[in-house]
Amino acid sequence: MRKLLLALAAASAIASPALAADTVTVAVTAIVEHPALDACRDGVKDALAEAGYKDGENLTFVYESAQGNPATAAQIARQFIGEAPDVIVPISTPSAQAVVAGTRDIPVVFTAVTDPVGAKLISNTEKPGGNVTGLSDFSPLDDHLALIREISPDAKTIGIVYNSGEANSVALLEGMRSRVEAAGLELVESVATKSAEVQGATRALVGKADVIYIPTDNTIVSALEAAVKVAEENDIPLYAGDTDSVPRGALAAVGFNYHDIGVQTGQIVARVLKGEKPGDIAVKVAAGTNLIVNPGAAERMGVEIPQAVIDRANTVVK
Amino acid sequence: MSEIAFWGAVELGLVYAFVGLGVYLSFRILDFPDLTVDGSLPLGAAVAAVLILAGVAPWPATLAAMVAAGCAGLVTATLNVKFKILHLLASILTMIALFSINLRVMGRPNVAIINEPTVLTPFYGLGLSDYLVRPAVLLVFVAIAVVLLTAFLGSNFGLAMRATGANARMARAQGIRTQFHIYAGIALSNALVGLAGALFAQTNGFADVTAGVGTIVVGLAAVIVGETLLPSRRIALALIGCVIGSVLYRIAIQLALSADVIGLKASDLNLATAVLVAVALILPRLRKGGRA
Repeated sequence: MRKLLLALAAASAIASPALAADTVTVAVTAIVEHPALDACRDGVKDALAEAGYKDGENLTFVYESAQGNPATAAQIARQFIGEAPDVIVPISTPSAQAVVAGTRDIPVVFTAVTDPVGAKLISNTEKPGGNVTGLSDFSPLDDHLALIREISPDAKTIGIVYNSGEANSVALLEGMRSRVEAAGLELVESVATKSAEVQGATRALVGKADVIYIPTDNTIVSALEAAVKVAEENDIPLYAGDTDSVPRGALAAVGFNYHDIGVQTGQIVARVLKGEKPGDIAVKVAAGTNLIVNPGAAERMGVEIPQAVIDRANTVVK
Repeated sequence: MSEIAFWGAVELGLVYAFVGLGVYLSFRILDFPDLTVDGSLPLGAAVAAVLILAGVAPWPATLAAMVAAGCAGLVTATLNVKFKILHLLASILTMIALFSINLRVMGRPNVAIINEPTVLTPFYGLGLSDYLVRPAVLLVFVAIAVVLLTAFLGSNFGLAMRATGANARMARAQGIRTQFHIYAGIALSNALVGLAGALFAQTNGFADVTAGVGTIVVGLAAVIVGETLLPSRRIALALIGCVIGSVLYRIAIQLALSADVIGLKASDLNLATAVLVAVALILPRLRKGGRA
């Protein structure tokens, strides 16, 4: 047994690749693979290519998914730290925490984290200090609520379907609640902890909510079609927090898509690669105000999108 | 695999060794497939993290985590023993209930303790690098647990527990209160799993409500890999087998993570894990196959 362990240790020492001086390594890890997070990863790669770092030429781009398991995320973090890449890019809260807890030297640029201060990744967004910076994907909730009120002006109660087990979603729920109440409306929440529960959770809002809002929640978005079906059957307008969900059947959304978030993250990574200290780069909330509408979905949900909104939209789903 | 990754895998293997020991108690000693562990591991992490954040010293916080997880085990045992619910189902009920309870305990899905004191804090900065300190200290914790458990299972109380699992009717005929031993065994098993959760939170800087996914698989893998490598009737060796199994399981995952060369992708990890456990399960049967 001891021999085997020693042999493994020795083999690992030899197998560690020596990094050539003129190439840089960027290691990306996500808690789970799904379209939004994958788009985010691809955005990072695209932005790096734009900045002159091309995968396979002067860039080694490494990617690992924790397949939904925080213990695996911790292991991936150790693996990356051991390989000492130039920058580590953790996507999502648990992946970022595992990386940040493990290193004080290797630059870390987190992304798709809704509340980086609450997650203790940084203590200060303006000047994070140390080796950590990144991008928050906190949704532009004011814009979301404004869009809902513009298309559904008579709505008094807003239903929200989310997974109470996702840190990001809970932060968004609280943000939405304060805005909805400030506007004199009522918020009704419904919880699904796995994708199989999305249909039931949406159905629970029928009769209680005038419109349904789906935040950028990994669980709900992965089963969006189930929620859309309930909305169409009961003539309830269903809005999304991310633009990627609109072609899949949501009525409308305003905000960023995850490829954009990846691109904005990649731009920060490029600044770090060019020599800036992560601790000097302020943590920003992802920018993006793309408006995307789906008139077909609106019709199936018994609503009409005002012409003014359609005229202003960046994308109209056919 | 780099040195840090290797020692990181050893460290995580030693943390999950407590899961292996717990699952050995429930699954092998008591013959009770207990899925409560998928909930009691994050419960242990949650209780320890929340208390440490509230200013409680790390050791009392860790003990509280063990007690909380042990209570979760008692719930499962009560559902099974007192209300006659099938053990598997009883543990599933507790497990799903714990998801909500863990959210209540933490108040949110994820609690970070990245810069808080932990049970390992006193050992940092003694000359060794942090990534070596953690497995070294954890190895001491695990060794203590193995010694205590060996003594426990060799005591009259422990022998009665083993008899309960081996043949409950025979045990009852000998005057053993089998129900009491199921309560005690499942509580102790989950307390060990809660300890693993508390240590996970402290070595990785966060407790997350999703951290329990697949804990039972990891525990079974540790037990079975251990039994395959160290086939022995002696309790001490079986327990050491669990520890070695847990560490080897993590090293195997680490290899799967670094196995891009043989064409494995990030998304193949769960498949690689399942194949590893299946091979460990099949190997002993193949060995026996010649005789049967």
